[in-house]
Order: sequence, then structure tokens, then C-alpha cells
Amino acid sequence: MALLEVTGLVKHFVAERSLFGRALAHVKAVDGVSFSLEAGKTLALVGESGCGKSTVSRLVLRLIEPDAGMVRFDGRDLLSLDPNALRAFRREAQIIFQDPYASLNPRMTVGQILTEPLALHDLVPPAERRARVAEILRLVGLEPRLARRYPHEFSGGQRQRIAIARALAVEPKLIICDEPVSALDVSIRSQILNLLRELQDRLGLAYIFVSHDLAVVKHIADHVAVMNLGQIVETAEADALFASPRHPYSRALLSAIPLPQPKAKRATVLLEGEIPSALNPPAGCRFHTRCPFVIERCRNEAPALLADGSGHATACHRTAELPSADAILPAAGGFSPALAKLVAAFSRKTEGGSPAGVGIQGAAPTTT
Amino acid sequence: MSASPLIEIRDLRIRFHGDDGRITHAVDSVDLSVANGATLGLVGESGCGKSVTSLAIMGLLPKQSAEISGAIRFDGLDLLRTPDQTLRNLRGNRLAMIFQEPMTSLNPSFTIGDQIIETILRHRGGSRKSARERAIELLRRVHIPSPERRIDEYPHKLSGGMRQRVMIAMALACDPRLLIADEPTTALDVTLQAQILELMRELKAASGAAIILITHDLGVVAEVCDEVAVMYAGEIVERAPVDDLFSAPQHPYTVGLLGSIPRLDHRAEQLATIEGMVPNMAQPPAGCRFAARCPFVLDACTKAPPPLIEVSPGHLSRCIRAPLERLVS
Repeated sequence: MALLEVTGLVKHFVAERSLFGRALAHVKAVDGVSFSLEAGKTLALVGESGCGKSTVSRLVLRLIEPDAGMVRFDGRDLLSLDPNALRAFRREAQIIFQDPYASLNPRMTVGQILTEPLALHDLVPPAERRARVAEILRLVGLEPRLARRYPHEFSGGQRQRIAIARALAVEPKLIICDEPVSALDVSIRSQILNLLRELQDRLGLAYIFVSHDLAVVKHIADHVAVMNLGQIVETAEADALFASPRHPYSRALLSAIPLPQPKAKRATVLLEGEIPSALNPPAGCRFHTRCPFVIERCRNEAPALLADGSGHATACHRTAELPSADAILPAAGGFSPALAKLVAAFSRKTEGGSPAGVGIQGAAPTTT
Repeated sequence: MSASPLIEIRDLRIRFHGDDGRITHAVDSVDLSVANGATLGLVGESGCGKSVTSLAIMGLLPKQSAEISGAIRFDGLDLLRTPDQTLRNLRGNRLAMIFQEPMTSLNPSFTIGDQIIETILRHRGGSRKSARERAIELLRRVHIPSPERRIDEYPHKLSGGMRQRVMIAMALACDPRLLIADEPTTALDVTLQAQILELMRELKAASGAAIILITHDLGVVAEVCDEVAVMYAGEIVERAPVDDLFSAPQHPYTVGLLGSIPRLDHRAEQLATIEGMVPNMAQPPAGCRFAARCPFVLDACTKAPPPLIEVSPGHLSRCIRAPLERLVS
């Protein structure tokens, strides 16, 4: 059975009210989203600003209440939980936010930040909490003595490690990672991605990985759902989606990512125009205003998300007629032979046998 | 490419004097040049000095706290020794800049038309009517739909991608010879980023201006640049034509960067990581600034600062172990 099952999730935010408080306009942030996630796997929610991917992640944790739909976690119906049961559920599902500068309380030491969830859920007797904090810090590759420091004494990458440590403290089954590496420099980004993968293998965690960056998603996800304006337009196993993207929007997203490969031979699908507003999404298929393959039917009739035999589902009237996506896919072999050898040598020597990303880090020199 | 560069930076050093008397070495002995019509990518992570270098070119660093030495030759002038009045005539005219945040770099209380027209009148003069026509033409060039109507709108009515187009239109208002673009697409969604990059390529082909593109995204560099300079801890550690840099990098930091990005065209089980931290720039290390994080380090690396050596024609590296191919064959 799946760890998490989401069916027909809907959330409309009121954007404007009349003088008497009647809702005049709604932002249709999430409009009928369904997916499921197995224990120990990673589902990536991908899309551009305002597509509803972050709203979905908050609905799944019941940080905001959905208007309709069902969320089942480990067989329980989340939406029927009373406050006490909901609090107990929060132990099993945690979230890591994008900005590690905003998600840690600047007035608490790292030790206090990590002790709080232990005390809140009464997981560890007070006398043993310090030892547990030390253990969690080591798990994310930080030295236990850093527990006495405050967040401002750490770099961005180290802060994100602390945020991950806080999520791990309660031994959850599911962690929602909302753009966890977008605010980090590239070399730090790879450390955090390696760490997340390493922790998943070791602890059997499931992730919902919310991101706009398909290259990152390709690296980390088992399953991908592409969202546009509150709806899933395509969902598939990661390998299948990256090998043959079907929905025109998925293709455009894929082809828009600049490849670190000069003179890469591939066609780009340039979308015309702007992303329509979720306040007033286009009728019919919500992508039709920007779609290069639009026909009359798309303007009137919303396509359903239909799966083929392999579980690859696409919401497009023209799925069967679209040309092959081969031209927009990047050719393999991005690394020249010389570069591949150098990167291998670079990694071998820096890691010194320990798994990447979990080498213990010392204190940061304060950088201001 | 023509023989004499449009802009030539020689031995640029920038130090910031903090209130507490601490001196930060933001930029050290940077040499750069860009030919007419060429695009140079300036790459590096937060705090490496890439933005400070561009602000020095524009003369926008605070005089009280920034100590600048070296020379920046542009069109026969040394920008570091040019009077403020002359600089003001250059900025927005022959020298233009696009910033990362299109949300904060437009004035919210004037229409976008007013802001473009102001630039044109300040540098070109002429009537307001002709300036308005030119502004509409510029908005059309950056593919803003129905520019005749849009010109009278305020910035808050435009989306992020549109605002960045307005910034580009404004930068192009007086046909600059040099355009500095500081992370112009970082705040934008990928499909909009693709549109803006396409637009920059188109405009470069049409105007022949030189571009300095500052970015942390190596994919963007590969798509639009002719030459790349990689900065680390205030220094240029590698400079090369774009193909050479991506196929045979000659500085370990560049190797680490290329190995650490997740890519669509290459599946790695583990991404490379660069262990350790950037050195404290109040007391830069005596030898190579990357030595403490470098897997190929030798004793000699920590003794003296390595010179920038030419490994192959046009390909410079600040590493005494270059060419790096020797280390893996």
C-alpha cells in the first residue's frame, strides 16, 4: 500500500471580497490533484511560479485546509484527524523550506532548535536529549559541539543541514522538501542533494521534492509530476519522463534548461507569451494559450489525465499525434572524456572513502 | 574579433574598509578584456567578487569605503580616473547595466515610458515626442506586446519577465557599446529565462555590443558566451574560450564546479562536492586561495600565490599543476 495517497485535492484562495465579505474572485491554486507515493521513494512536483506545487505540499501536511479531496497517510484519512491526532501525525511528516536564513529561529541555539521537537513529541527522556542531538548532528554531517552555536554563525549550506536535522529529529516517514537547494550556491547544492539521497537510503525516507529545476529533479526523483496552473499535466516514472516527455508543457520546460555543454545540438521549444494568472485560468486546456500544438478542441474542452499501460499519464488531447520528442532531448555524453576523468579524480580525493556529503564539517568562519 | 579590445581591465584590486577597521580583499589582480561584439561570462559563487568587479566598471562603488587600484580602459578612457561628470555621461549611454532584480530596479512611481524617455532625453536630447517614439520602438524590439499601450503602464502592472524586458529596453536606449548583465535571468522561471536569453542573443547579433554576463549558472554560460572567466575568492582562477573550459577545464575549482551540477545530459550516482569553506577575505591565504579545498594540493601550493599561466593558446589557469590532464593519465 502506498504511504501517501492524494485524491482530487482542491484549494481555491479568495483573492477579493465584497464590502460584506462575500468572495468575488478565487485563485485556483490547486484544482483536482491526485497522486500517490510509496515509502522510501521520491516524488518530484515540478512547475513554474504559481503552478500550485508549494500549495500541494502544504495541503498534504494539513498546514492549510483543502476545499475538497482526500489525503490518506499510512491508511489514515488525514482530513478527519482531530487536533491531537493531527499533532501526532506531524511526527511522521516533516518539511524543509527553501530559505535556511528564514526557517531557523535566530534566538535559539542549534541545540535548542533540535531539542524542541524531541520535547514536543516526548520522544526522548530529558537526560538523553543531548546525546540524541549530537547523534542527529552527526547524521547530517555537522560536529556535535556546534549545538551551542546560533544560526547566524553558520553558512547557508550548514543552515540547510540544521533544517534537515530538525526534520529528522522526530524520525519521520515522509519529508517534504520545498525547493531545498534553490537558495544555495552550486557547490553547496551538490552536498545537500547527496546528503538527502544518502539519508533516504539509510533511513528509508519518502520525499516529496518540490522544485522548478528539472536537472535537479532528474538527479533525485523516482517519480515526477509536472504541474501547470493548479493541475498535474503529466506524471510518470522519472526515467520515462526524461526519456520521452509527452505533454507540450513538459517538453518546453525540459528544452528551456540551458545545458552546460557549448554547441549542444538540440531544438528548443520557446514558449510565447506570459504564464496566465491562476485567478482566471484559460478555458479548456489551461496550457492552450502558450501551446505550440494548440487546436480548436483545446480551447473548449479540458483534457483528462489519462495513463497508458506503463503508468505514464498525460493530460493532452493530442498525446497520440505529437511528434517525437527526440529533437529536444539533450544528447548524452555531456562530459568530455578528459572532464569525466578529472571529475572522478576530484571526487575520489576529496571524499577519502567517506560517503559524499556526510563528511563531518567543522565550524564556519563567520563571513561578515 | 578585432585586435584592440573595447574594454580592458588591468590589475584591478578592490578593498573594502569596514567600520571596525577590518579590510576585506574583495577583488585581487583581475585582468580582463572584452572585444567588440564578444560575450564574456563571469562565473563564480556568492562573494567571489564578480558583481563588485562589474560595479567598479560602472563606477558605482561607494567612494568612502572602497579602495580601488589598477586600470579600466574603455574606449580610450581610464574609467577609474575619469571625472564623475564624464562617467554620468557614459552610464546609460555607452555603458549600460541590467540588474538581477527587475522588481526593485524600476521606480514604482513612474510609468515605464517615463523611465525610458528620461534616459533618452538625458543622453540624446531632442523632443519628448521623438523620445517617446524611440521608447515604443525599443519596447517592440524586446518583444513587449502592444507597446503603444504598455508604455504608459506602471511597473507593478507588469510580470517579472516583462519588467526584465523593460530593463533591457532601457539599457539599450542609447545603443551601448558595453552591456553588463548581472544575473539577468536568475529571478525568472525557466521558460522566461529561455525567452530572455534568446532575446540577448538576438540583440547582440543586431547591435554588435560587447556583453559581460555575470552568472552562477554554467548552463547559461555555455549557451550564450564566447569566453569565460571563473572567479574564486576575488581572483580569476581560469579564463578560456567557452568550448575549452567545458571540455578540458584547467583549474581544480572549475572541475569541482562542473562535477557538482546535476545535468540533464549526464547521470551521476554521486555529484562531486567541494569540501571546506571559502577563505576569510580579511586575511586571504598566502598561497593559492583554493589550496585548502583542493584534492590535488602540493606543499608548493600553500607557499606562494600561483601565477596565471597560459596552458594552451587563450586558456589561462592559476594552478601550478596545470595542465590537469597529467594528473589523470
